[in-house]
Amino acid sequence: MNKIIPVLTMLAVIVVLWYAAAVKMNSQWAMDQAARAEVELTFGELVKDTLSQDRPKLPAPHQVVAELWETTVEKKITSKRSLVYHGWITLSATMLGFGIGTVAGIALAVGIVHNKAMDLGVMPWAIASQTIPILAIAPMIIVVLNSMGISGLIPKAIIAAYLSFFPVVVGMVKGLRAPDAMQLDLMKTYNASGGETFWKLRLPSSMPYLFASLKVAVAAALVGTIVAELPSGAVRGLGARLLSGSYYGQTIQIWSALFAAAALAAALVIIVGILEKVVLKRMGMAK
Amino acid sequence: MTFLYTLLVLAVWLGLWWLNTRFAARRKTQWVVPVLFGITLILIWEMVVRLFGVSPVILPAPTSIGAKIVTSVPTLWEDFVQTIVKGALSGYLMGCGAAFVTAVLIDRSPFLQRGLLPIGNFVAALPIVGIAPILVMWFGFDWQSKAAVVVVMVFFPVLVNTVAGLAATDTMQRDLMRTYSASYGQTLLKLRLPAAMPFVFNGLKIATTLALIGAIVAEFFGSPIKGMGFRISTEVGRLGLDMVWAEIAVAAITGSAFYGLVSLIEKGVTFWHPSQRG
Repeated sequence: MNKIIPVLTMLAVIVVLWYAAAVKMNSQWAMDQAARAEVELTFGELVKDTLSQDRPKLPAPHQVVAELWETTVEKKITSKRSLVYHGWITLSATMLGFGIGTVAGIALAVGIVHNKAMDLGVMPWAIASQTIPILAIAPMIIVVLNSMGISGLIPKAIIAAYLSFFPVVVGMVKGLRAPDAMQLDLMKTYNASGGETFWKLRLPSSMPYLFASLKVAVAAALVGTIVAELPSGAVRGLGARLLSGSYYGQTIQIWSALFAAAALAAALVIIVGILEKVVLKRMGMAK
Repeated sequence: MTFLYTLLVLAVWLGLWWLNTRFAARRKTQWVVPVLFGITLILIWEMVVRLFGVSPVILPAPTSIGAKIVTSVPTLWEDFVQTIVKGALSGYLMGCGAAFVTAVLIDRSPFLQRGLLPIGNFVAALPIVGIAPILVMWFGFDWQSKAAVVVVMVFFPVLVNTVAGLAATDTMQRDLMRTYSASYGQTLLKLRLPAAMPFVFNGLKIATTLALIGAIVAEFFGSPIKGMGFRISTEVGRLGLDMVWAEIAVAAITGSAFYGLVSLIEKGVTFWHPSQRG
């Protein structure tokens, strides 16, 4: 509870700074317009103008909020201008990719834990591939898949899957190795088979690690989907809104798409966090 | 014929895999395993492309990518300087420096920490690359806007890790400093900053990849006619996939080298930490 007041204070400071920056950055345009019309602007008029331009350099917070309200609540969700519609396009690709990536990641982790050659051969590459800017090649994957006749949801989901794959592999390998020698020895004294050890000891004890990496993975999947929507041709989704906003100088549209993406990311991470709490509590592992 | 080729590829795969399990069984030869795995992948890739006649528009063979790298060194170098040295590296230094200084400055105020940390944690999970179009609009098409994107992307992970690191000393150690009647500055310099280093380097290592991603992705929103992101997006449009893969190879090697360099510095600075003494 003692966090709420400092956080709110910081947020208030940010909003104030934002308004100040908006006035400063947009004043050039306002002055030019006034000079052209040969009128003198008082300070009050200047501020008023900078906060209500159509294509400001930096839109004021209330303009972004108004745009968000207009494009989420007032527009029909089937409309091409509704952020809910674009958000849904992005969300569905993210969730598909996240699902594929998680399942594949867990499968590879199980293989790595049970096969020495795989552990020694694949693991260094899996870790090294984390240092490669994979996100930068997303457009290529999209175009190649397009030329093979695959378009729409699947290419975006593949990139999202790829990005969410590695955090899950690394976290899950750590988790499946979490039981210590004592616990493994106990299973041996019970004469447990490899499968039984896996289902009754390794898998349950990997859950905290799995959820920690799922939080990273779901955020990465969303970033992957948004970047995948950037290359030309994408007309739907939050990434496409960012791109078309930047083409036509619609700064308010960019900012509202950005906030929608942020809200989506936050919601996804929070949902995984709630699932984590519920599952760990049921398993008696809650802190 | 296709059937035979498939069999051949499978045979190579299984043969090398069997060899790898033999190498993995003995401690002395274990270092061979990842190398052999990498070679296997490239070999299979080359075989699949050649035997099945995969169009170079879909997937060029490793040898043709290598040939492209050799013949276009000047272009690759120009792109490298534009994107990595000017965009990513300058942004990385500015962003990490600013985050470190901010963390030390807010260290004395628990109020600021409690306020900024949750916000920092939240922002670190957001799709920050999305601000790239805005920053390109503000700072123009050249490397300054790319550096700005990188600054914003690396700032929060480094800030959050540094603040966590500064809190990493335990009461006993701080009490010892107090019995020496050390001032705040002395405690900070001699105890808390060194103790924070493993955390700081964790943030710095995460930031290396983010810096490259930020610099390359920002170029998709507008750039002068050079740079890795620019080259990737235009060559994709012309279906010059071998050039795209050449750029990817450069990006991959740079990314790993950058990460390796930061890890080396970490090894030198945090030699005392258990994870470095294994």
